[in-house]
Amino acid sequence: MFAYHVRLGLKSLRRNPVLTALMIGAIALGIAVCLTALNVFTLVSGNPLAHRNEVVFAVQMDSWDPNDPWDDERPTLLPYELTFRDAQAVLASDIPDRTVVMHKGAFVLGPPADAEDAAKPFIAIVRLAQAAFFPMFDVPFRYGSAWDSATDATAAAVIVLSKESNEKFFGGEDSVGRTVKLDDRDYRVIGVLDEWHPVPKFYDLNNGSLDDPEDAWIPFSRGELVEAQTAGNTNCWKPEVLNSYREFLNSECVWIQAWVELGSRDKVEEFKAFLDGYVADQKKLGRFPRPLNNKLSTVGEWLALNKVVEDDNRVLLGIAFMFLAVCLINTVGLLLAKFSGAAAVVSLHRALGASRKQIFRQHLVEVSLIGLAGGVLGIGVGYLLLMALRQLYNSYEAVTRLDWSVGFMALALSLIAGVIAGLYPTWRICRVQPAPYLKTQ
Amino acid sequence: MLEMHHISKVYRTDLVETHALRDFNLTVEEGEFVAVTGPSGSGKTTFLNIAGLLEAFDTGSYRLDGESVNDLGDDARSRIRNRKIGFIFQSFNLIPDLDVYDNVDVPLRYRGFNAAERRRRITQALELVGLASRMKHVPAQLSGGQQQRVAIARALAGEPRFLLADEPTGNLDSLMARQVLDLIEEINRGGTTIIMVTHDPELARRAHRNVQVMDGKVTDFQPFEPRPLIAASAERAARV
Repeated sequence: MFAYHVRLGLKSLRRNPVLTALMIGAIALGIAVCLTALNVFTLVSGNPLAHRNEVVFAVQMDSWDPNDPWDDERPTLLPYELTFRDAQAVLASDIPDRTVVMHKGAFVLGPPADAEDAAKPFIAIVRLAQAAFFPMFDVPFRYGSAWDSATDATAAAVIVLSKESNEKFFGGEDSVGRTVKLDDRDYRVIGVLDEWHPVPKFYDLNNGSLDDPEDAWIPFSRGELVEAQTAGNTNCWKPEVLNSYREFLNSECVWIQAWVELGSRDKVEEFKAFLDGYVADQKKLGRFPRPLNNKLSTVGEWLALNKVVEDDNRVLLGIAFMFLAVCLINTVGLLLAKFSGAAAVVSLHRALGASRKQIFRQHLVEVSLIGLAGGVLGIGVGYLLLMALRQLYNSYEAVTRLDWSVGFMALALSLIAGVIAGLYPTWRICRVQPAPYLKTQ
Repeated sequence: MLEMHHISKVYRTDLVETHALRDFNLTVEEGEFVAVTGPSGSGKTTFLNIAGLLEAFDTGSYRLDGESVNDLGDDARSRIRNRKIGFIFQSFNLIPDLDVYDNVDVPLRYRGFNAAERRRRITQALELVGLASRMKHVPAQLSGGQQQRVAIARALAGEPRFLLADEPTGNLDSLMARQVLDLIEEINRGGTTIIMVTHDPELARRAHRNVQVMDGKVTDFQPFEPRPLIAASAERAARV
């Protein structure tokens, strides 16, 4: 009987093509707007490291100004980054299973000298980090691998390229062993990443939560050697004269992100105690003038702390759903008109033995078909909207990719929307008295 | 077979009350062909709608095929309509975007027959009305007489006990009307009870009995003289 209902539903929809198109269009428009907003919201509010949420922690220490908190509006907040000295202390601890202290820098990344028709050099964003960055954050490799921990100490000139950089200079081929130039120095390629676009960019929210990952990675220790400037945020509170790179490294400026991997609750407690002990020691040296306040945050807590999902996102999502509601109200009106016109046919079905329940089911199938068609069209329109957004705002590429789980959610939503819009008109058509229509048809 | 006692039906609006039927009494025996006549607004169609369980009545009692239908719910009424009653309307009431086959198929779908059984019944019904070769035509491709014969085939496909016809020849020319009436008579000879509402005294004369309705009441009727049922109809009656 379901197949029969579908067949009658399709015939009924073909009977009034303009009305049908208007209803499908109204639902599609609402779904497209919802899909766009939901897509952005889902991607922004996701936790790309959810599967390791309980073992990976961001490290914060309050080394800030004694007279002025880091955030005037939320005085309990700590600086998001560490000083170079404190980062070194975190790095020196042997409690974590893995430790990464890092920052991003800007370098001119150029092709190998022997390359023919290679792309031109460009200003690349490079992350200076430890080898532990890659396994800690589950970074996939296409070719080669990360450098080893010994290289972290020797500061060798090795580089890991992003998939995009490798495409640019080597046409996507295995470039391990080849050489690229970073500023005026040669770096040996030891690894090339596979597709990797964590959204939000959880490991460095302070420097653009929706930014793409870096173009390349080099050992953190190279930064000191080449006196690499940070391309991220640097915040300083203490009046200090900084005449050299060394003085900058020893300053109270915060600019290094620190992450640790702690595989058990015991290790978490042990590392907290280590941080407290370290700060206590530093206080004796006249540093850390504010009350003791260190913090370890899981990735989920880190995302919440940094307000990656801003109130604007929630408002936008709310408006999108209200728009869908308006579209549905219009669809209800159109369905009422359509079903009123079908009263004679419904009456005939009733005379031939259809019960109210059967008529209800028949029309519910019909509105479900409208919802489904609206959903499919809405996903198409939503996809075009996302593409248009990507064209307009290149920097939002990460959140304008269609998340197919959201696509399926939109399809389910449109089906439900169709049914909701159709409930009242369907109920009304079931209550129709057949006799008058049979006489006058 | 069909027994109505003291049936009344009032249509109410904010301004007026219309007594469509009042103290309406009628008994129709199995195998009868009854014509119901009367002037416009006398209550003929209301009677037919109540008889066909398309409308509820206000007071009185109604037994159909030995079963009281007074307090039946929508599902039960729909089931009786589907299994025991066939309708023929003045304006044919075919579904315009379904072809002949699918139009006849509609009541059988609600009956829950499988595809083979439906095909058998549809073919048989269309052969009976002489339209087996027009199965794939849509109503717009048929003449008025042919459309009415399709409607009759649709009514017959479920092998109903009663056929309720409301001005079945009202929209047809005289030649077509005669053909349709011949068909209805043939169906009645097969054992199906027929109640036909008509304005036309000529048509009414071909029924076994003529019931006149005036102001919602039966004012006159000719007694029924039973005629022997043919074997096939007796067999069908036993099957239903």
